[in-house]
Parts: sequence; structure tokens; C-alpha cells
Amino acid sequence: MSDTTSEQVLTTQDGKPLKQALASALRREKMRALLLIAPLLIFILLTFVAPIVDMLFRSVENSIVADTLPNTVVAMQEWDAASGNLPDEAVFAALYDDLGVAVKEKTHTRLGSRLNYEKTGMSSLFRKTGRRVKRMDEGGPFKEQFIKADKKWGQVETWATLKTFSPRYTSAYFLSAADAQLTPEGVKMKPEEQQVYLFLFGRTLFLSITITVCCLLLGYPIAFLLAALPLRTSNLLMILVLLPFWTSLLVRTSAWKVLLQQQGVINDFLVWTGIVSEAGRLVMINNQTGTIIAMTHILLPFMILPLYSVMKTISPTYVRAAKSLGANDCSAFWRVYFPQSVPGIGAGAVLVFILAIGYYITPELVGGTSGIFISNRIAYHISSSLNWGLAAALGTLLLVAVMVLFMVYDRIVGIDNVKLG
Amino acid sequence: MATTRGAAVRYESVQKSYDGVSLVVKNLNLDIPPGEFLTMLGPSGSGKTTCLMMLAGFEPATHGEIFLNDRPINNVPPHKRGIGMVFQNYALFPHMTVAENLAFPLQVRNMGKAEQEEKVKRALEMVELGDFGNRRPAQLSGGQQQRVAVARALVFDPELVLMDEPLGALDKQLREQMQYEIKHIHENLGVTVVYVTHDQTEALTMSDRVAVFNDGVIQQLSSPDILYEDPQNSFVAQFIGENNKLSGKVVEIQGEECRVELDDGTQLKADKVNVGGVGDRTTISLRPERVEFDTHDAMDNIMNGRIEELIYLGDHIRVRMNVAGNDEFIAKVRNRGEKRNLSVGDTVPIGWSLGDCKALDPVA
Amino acid sequence: MKLKTMVLASTALAMAAGTAFAQDMTIVSWGGAYSASQNNAYHKPYMEKNPGINIINDESSAEAVAKLRAMNEAGNITWDLVDVVASDAIRLCDEGLALEIDHDKALAAAPDGTPASEDFGDLIVSGCFIPQIVYSTTFGYRTDVDEWGGKTPDDICDVFDLETFPGKRSLEKRPINNMEWALLCDGVAKADVYDVLETEEGQAQAFAKLDSIKDSVVWWSAGAETPQLLADKEVVIGSTYNGRLFALIEEQKQPVAMLWDAQVFDLDGWIVPAGLSEERQQRVMDYLNFATDTQRLADQAKYISYGPARQSSAPLVGKHAELGIDMAPHMPTDPANAKNTFLYNYEWWADYRDDLDAKFQAWLAQ
Repeated sequence: MSDTTSEQVLTTQDGKPLKQALASALRREKMRALLLIAPLLIFILLTFVAPIVDMLFRSVENSIVADTLPNTVVAMQEWDAASGNLPDEAVFAALYDDLGVAVKEKTHTRLGSRLNYEKTGMSSLFRKTGRRVKRMDEGGPFKEQFIKADKKWGQVETWATLKTFSPRYTSAYFLSAADAQLTPEGVKMKPEEQQVYLFLFGRTLFLSITITVCCLLLGYPIAFLLAALPLRTSNLLMILVLLPFWTSLLVRTSAWKVLLQQQGVINDFLVWTGIVSEAGRLVMINNQTGTIIAMTHILLPFMILPLYSVMKTISPTYVRAAKSLGANDCSAFWRVYFPQSVPGIGAGAVLVFILAIGYYITPELVGGTSGIFISNRIAYHISSSLNWGLAAALGTLLLVAVMVLFMVYDRIVGIDNVKLG
Repeated sequence: MATTRGAAVRYESVQKSYDGVSLVVKNLNLDIPPGEFLTMLGPSGSGKTTCLMMLAGFEPATHGEIFLNDRPINNVPPHKRGIGMVFQNYALFPHMTVAENLAFPLQVRNMGKAEQEEKVKRALEMVELGDFGNRRPAQLSGGQQQRVAVARALVFDPELVLMDEPLGALDKQLREQMQYEIKHIHENLGVTVVYVTHDQTEALTMSDRVAVFNDGVIQQLSSPDILYEDPQNSFVAQFIGENNKLSGKVVEIQGEECRVELDDGTQLKADKVNVGGVGDRTTISLRPERVEFDTHDAMDNIMNGRIEELIYLGDHIRVRMNVAGNDEFIAKVRNRGEKRNLSVGDTVPIGWSLGDCKALDPVA
Repeated sequence: MKLKTMVLASTALAMAAGTAFAQDMTIVSWGGAYSASQNNAYHKPYMEKNPGINIINDESSAEAVAKLRAMNEAGNITWDLVDVVASDAIRLCDEGLALEIDHDKALAAAPDGTPASEDFGDLIVSGCFIPQIVYSTTFGYRTDVDEWGGKTPDDICDVFDLETFPGKRSLEKRPINNMEWALLCDGVAKADVYDVLETEEGQAQAFAKLDSIKDSVVWWSAGAETPQLLADKEVVIGSTYNGRLFALIEEQKQPVAMLWDAQVFDLDGWIVPAGLSEERQQRVMDYLNFATDTQRLADQAKYISYGPARQSSAPLVGKHAELGIDMAPHMPTDPANAKNTFLYNYEWWADYRDDLDAKFQAWLAQ
């Protein structure tokens, strides 16, 4: 009997295969679960994932040249920039046709702004040519007319730039974000006086790590105290820890200005006590010190909260046990308490580091020139220069850098060794 | 008992207060000779754990002195007292393996690697966990964790081991098994053990002597049998084993005996253990198994009781009856196989001898 | 048939009801004292005349270009009128995000009949731009600095003179204006500044000059910073918009004075976002016609010390609405203040902004 059942397919009472019946029963469960998370899923997809994907896409997207000057791009395919000669009349004629349409749709100036990121002067070239193109003789020849309109059309570099950036996808933004550039001759590093992004990436990482370490050094004892105190006292202290959240970020940052500036409260006090001389007032703001102090203060609760919630779960009997086994206060702490609080340190450090690396308001206000982050440049390219492609590339690189750090962290500490409580 | 290598402990006029208003431990004097297994037994809040923690060094005594081998230890920090301790939830370090847990007290004592390994191995074998050295505590069962905790408290050869309700988290069967194991380890090693529990069975099973705590005071300190047979006051009688209470008034005292008139007028003869003078109120304490149904005239005390409930428990039958207005009166009838005519509603004579009946302090 | 009439009737009813309610018009500006001056001079009188219009103030001008571009991509323009600086107007016009305006048709002529385009003159720097005010970026300095030994700066190059005028300076965290001032003080003639700045050597020259004071500079990115830094004695001399300095000196009575030398004129004005519905556009144009007439522009100067963009408004500038002082001498365009001015080249910066900004940031980071 048992032999046959193991061969047979088990069925339900009405003859359906058991496996199938189980799968359909589970499918209903799964559908229900999916329905429950659907609102959040749709919300996240629409408001978070989609914009990010769109932003990442912008870092390589470059169809503006091909869309605005379709005929010119096709006509230029034959032309070799390395030859040193200008493109022939057919290309100029195509340009005339394209610009005629572009001027009507007013897209030529937009193309000018785009190409101006790569080569200075393109902006005015397209604006100026746009005005002139209406008055050009339809019969040609166009080469002379264009060169007359602006002598830049007679320069090979102008055409080389146009050709270099005519593909619909480009690595130019990423190269730019890494202080390199795409030239008609290939990829080159930017001249030294224009290299800034790699340096800023490095500084952002360095400052974020410093801030994380500061938060840990300041937050650990507080969290330890909070976890050790009776609940009533610790709740009161917890309110103090959370208090900064209740005031506006700008107010807090401005308060640091009042405190830290050279004519500020701290310096006044130091001069009054004679610790520093009137001429030797400390520079604590508009530099890295200012950024580190203000951001450590702002991010401190994000370190304290996970630390506290992990420490709260560490029973005081462990330390007692260690002491009863002969460990003094110091080794009881380091060998027994501290290792158990590591998941809290992990969570707090990751949280603070990730928040720090993307901050830009505080560094902008108190960082001067030496305390600004890569995010400040991203913000600049989003809102001022409108070079969204470069901003997207910088953002993508930042994202990749964080992910790599995360993997390293996973290797060293282990991602499952992170606990929020 | 093997060679005694235990420590002597002495509490001298120890008092403890947490809030400066009330005392948790009131003037404790206690002498524990080397090698003794002493249990501090009492309900929660009776001060027993506080006494243990003061001995371990985790709570300072508000007044008085504690001596370890005649050395005052009030100002000795816990880690220098050399006392092994087993905690209620074992307190095994979760980030260390079993072997690392055991090696911990040896490492902080800067013992050599080889000696450490040897000792850890021996300790694990002692608790029959030789193969579990590389496991994490979380991978062990409750009983195994318990054994590791005991092994860890003993691995550095302390002269005194404290155990704070160590079996509280185990199920009944495992608890009984562990009771014997701990008792045997104590017998083999000869260390002094101070054991805290609120479970009287545990106390009676394991201890040489039991100190019954209530309200910050030791109510009675004696061996388990005396504790059961001769409770010194109503609290002890009530806390240890099952007990019937009958309250009344002392009408006559003759040497070690006294005559007590119950509230319904019945007069009983009882051992005068803890009563004032004639006219004072008292509570009579009587163990259920000492109540006899086969009464005869030679018995010291005979009275009638009405059967309220019968519960068949196999080896004995539990009879709840109303005696002198107390309907919580319990009698146990041994199951001897013969048929006995007891039925609910009957009024039957019951009796007991004077020595089984103790006149103690009155209970409200 | 019946259904159709009912639908029509209800639509008509809804439309009638709609007109009875006020129409919202979102006007974007810079916030603070500047928005207040617009509110007093333009919005309030306009709403009094047109009770059907409700003006909503949005203070997003600083991010206007990015936001307009985002709105344009999303296909939903929520703004009706935007106050921007001239360079942003040019940019928006280049990007096709602003509507091109026929100034003579859309705007009121001067009281004497001069057409708007002539009344505004050169200030119409872009086909999309309707100028409103002339402001300047210039320096203010503290008048109580002991180390200066009684001397006060009266030349732009005193900003670069750390020996005579020691102390910290505040400069805007961008190349514009700073590069020009640096070259002017390094011996370049006013007329040649942009030609020189076009070359690598010229840029290096400007950076070298800025290097000489770099250690003493606090860089600002919001217009309110310099007045605060001056008031806190954090800096002794600093650049910002002249209206901010006016408020610091005349309203807060701080010991600060204006250094008008080599002030850089800039323009601020309106643009109409491209892609508005016909109806909304008409409403905006009606408002614009009112708010940019000769009297209204002159009225704004009662509240803030920026010069009206129309030539015909200048004679009508009166006293400050609260302080009661004559506003004319506080205008950047006042002959006494405008003895030596510098004209900002929009076209040139539109080309060189990306390149020089990258170099400037790299220089700052060094």
C-alpha cells in the first residue's frame, strides 16, 4: 500500500492534484498580501522609483542634438573631424533646414545651452545664428552665409563638438562627473584648474566619516546613560535628545552661526576668559570645523536612537555576570557590553553616514569653501546651471560609491549585524 | 560530602534601604559554614535577592558588614570577591561560544592558554556537554544553557557560588532533574552554595539549611525537615508545605502544651510554640496528612467536620471539609485499597495528636 | 435632446458661478522686503480695482528656472507670472520656457506717449523680459573700524587692499562680478574687461588677484548674509544688493556706509511662463499692463531702494513710505551714486558661465 501511494499523485477529495490545490490556495494568500501592499507599492513606484530611474536615465541621455538637428547629424556622418577641413556645403544646407524648423519651435537656444556645457560660446552661437537664419538666402550657398553670421561656423572645433555630441546616448556627463571630458580626440582628463568633482567626492566621504565618528563618540555615552537610567528619567532625557527635531533646520544652523562665528558667543567667552587673544579669535565656522560641528549636532539623534534601542535590550545581568566572573569594569564593558551593542553602532553609523553624505543645506550655510559637499554641486546643477545630466551623473556616482561602501561594510561587519532595536 | 573547600560567609547586622524610607533587609545576622548549601527562600519582595546581591557585591549594604572567610568585603568590588554566580536567565554571553563563555573568567585572570583549555574541557565534561564547546548559547536548549551557566560559575574554582533562581525558566520535569544535578555537583565539589528561590520544593530538595525570608527578616533558619515539622511561626507553616489554619484563643498553658478555644467553642490541645499568655489569640497549624479519620479515645484532639468536596488523586484522596467554621480545611486520606465510606455532606469525626498541632502567632 | 439642454444649462450655471468666485493668480517673487514692496505698489491696488482676482504670492524666484523647467516637462504650469533677474530671463527665453512679449502692444505707454519699448530702452535684454527695477551689487563697509585709522574706502580697489583696510570681506560665492572687479583692480580698463576675461591668461589674472584676498573672504550665497555679517562685525566690508544695504543703514541704523564705486547694475523683471492657457495669459497680461506702468514702477521705490526701470518713472520717485526720507539719493541710478558703474554683460556670461563656474569652484576648493 505504501509503495503505491509514493508513486501515485496525491489528490484532494474531488480529485484535484494536491500540489495544484495547495498552489491555488497559496496564490489567493499571495494575492491578498499583494493587495495589502499595493497602495504603498504604487506610491513608491510613482513618486520614488520612477523619478530616480528617470534621473539615472538623464545621466546618459543626449537626444537633443539628434532631435533638433536631424538632417545635419545624418549629413555629418561622412565628415571626419580629424581631416581639419570644414564639412561640405551639403552639411551647411542641412543645418539651414534644421535651424529653420528649430527657430520656429524655439528649440535652437535650448540646444545652445546644452552644447555650452561642453564648449564655451555655443549658447550665443545658436542664439545669434537663430536670429540671422531667417534673413539668409534660401538659394544658398549656405557655408558663406553661416560663416558670415558667426565666424565660429568656420571653425572646425565647432563642428567637431557638434559631431562628438550627436549620438543619442553619451558618456560625457559621467566623464564630467569624474573630472574628465569627451573631446573630438577622445577621453581626456580636464585641465587641472577645472578638476573639482573627484576632490569633492573624496571630501564628502572624509567629512561624512568624520561626522559619523563624532556622532558615535558623543552619542554612545548618552545612549548608554539613557539605557541604564530608570524609565522616567530616561524618557525625560529622550525628549531632550529629540528636542532638536522640533526646531527648523535653518534655525538650528543659524544658531550655530551665532555661537561659532568670530564675533560669536564662544569666541567672546574665550577672549573674556583670556584663553585666546582678541587677535587670535578662532575660526570655527565657514570651514570644515563648522560643517562637522553643525552636522554632528543635527545627526546626533539618528545615532542615539538606534544605539539606545539596542542597548535597551542588553540585560544589565550580562555586565554583572562578567564582573562576578572576575572582569573589572573596563573589561566587562569592552568584552561583554560593547560587542553586544555593535549592531546598534552599525545601524546608527549607517544611518548617520547615509544622511550626512547627501546633506547640502547645512554645509552650504556653515561650510564656507572648505566644508562643502558634492551634494552642494548637485544642487547647483539642478537649480542654477540646469545641467541636469551632470547632476544625475554626480548623483549616480554618489549612489554607486555608497553602495560600494555598503558592500565593504557588509564584508567587514556583516549587514545582518545591524539592528534598530 | 567530599573535601570541603568552601568559604564561610557571615552577615552581621546587615540592613538595606533603597529609598531611605523603608528597609528591605532588616538587621540580618546569618552564619554560613564552609561547604553548606544554604537556600534563601521567600516570596518576591521578601529581601532574599537583595541579600544575595549584597553578597555578590552588586548592591552596597546600607549598614552592617558581610564577611567572607572572616574578611570584611563591603569595600571589595564584585570582580575581586571571587564568587561564582548563576543568574536567573543564565546571562550567557550571546556573542561568545560556549567554550569562550567558560574561558572568560579564566582569561580575565590571565591564566595560560593550555590551562584554560584543560579547565574548560573539564567543566564541560562535568555538566556532560563535552561536544558543545563550539556552539553559541542561542543554539542550546534551556537545560543545556543552564548547565553551561553552572559550569561557567564553577570553572574558576570559586569557594562560594551564588545562584539566583537559576531554574525559574525551565519546565517542571527539567527543573527536577537539574535540582539533583546541582545537588550532586555541590556534593562532589564541596563549595559553599547560596541559593535563592521562591519554590519551596526546590529549597527542601537541595538544601542543607533553608532561611525563610519574609518582610526583610529571616523567619526561620533550619534544615528542611525541621522547617516542615516544627515551623516557628504561622508564615513558615503556611509557606512550607500545605497547612490548615484554625484560629482561637489561648485558655490555659501547661508547660510546653496549651489549650486553645476555637471561635466555635471547641477546645483543642496544642504544642505551645509561639503564643503569648492566656487570653491571647493564636493560630493553630496542622498538616493535612496528620488528620486521622479512624478516631479513638486516646487521641488528644477529636472534633467533627462536614465533608464539602472529595478529590481523587490516586495515591491519596483529598478531602475538603468544614471544621469549626473553616471550610478550607483539608485532610489527606492515604489510599490503602480498602473501601472507605466518605461522601460529600457527611459529618464525620476527625482527630489528631497534640504534637501535630502547633499553636503559633495569630494570623488576621 | 432633453439631456443635452440640461448639460448645457448646468455648464452655463457652473461658469456663471465660476466667475462669481475670485480667480487665483500665482505670482512668484523673491520674498522678504522685495515681495512686500511689490505687494504694496502693485498687488494691492490691482486687487482693489479687480475684485475678481486673488493674487497668491510664491517666494520661489531663486529656483524659478529649475522649477519652470520641471513644470514644463510635467506639462503643468502652476505659475502665472515670475519675477526673475535678467540672466535667468534670458535663460528661460533660450529654453523656450518663457513667453515672448511684444512690449509696445502689451505694456502701457509713458504718460507723454512714448511707447514702452523706448521708455524701457536698453533694459529689454530679452524678448521675454519685462524690466521692473534696476538694482546694483555693490559694497557696504563698517564706519567704525579702528584699524583703518579714520580712513574709509571710496574705491572698488580698496576691497583688495588688505594693508590699508584690514579685516574680513564678504563676496558672493560665484564668479560673476568678482572676476570683473578683480580685473578692474588689476589694471584692466573697463572696456576691455570681458575681452581679457575671455582668455585663459585673463582668467588666471583675475584668479590671481582674488587669491590676494582669498584668506580674508567669507563667501555668501544668500543676499541676506552680508548685511548680517556686517551687523555682527564678522566682516568689515562686503558685497550685496544695494536694497539690502539700504535697509541695514536706514532702517536698522547700523554704522555702515555704501561704497557705490564700480557698482554692477543688474535688472530684475517679469517673465510670463510659456504654455499658459489663453484665458490665464489674458489675465496675466492685464495685470502686467497695470503693474508696469510709469506710476506703479515709481510707487515701488517708496518701499525699497531700487530704481524703476522706466525712464519716465524717475521724476516721480518720492519719499519712503515709512521713513519719510527722500528715496532718489538712495537709488543706484542717482547721478551721485552712479559716477563709476559697471555694466554686466548678459550675453557674455550666458556663454562663459558654465566654464568659469567650474573653474571658480575648483579655485575655491583649492
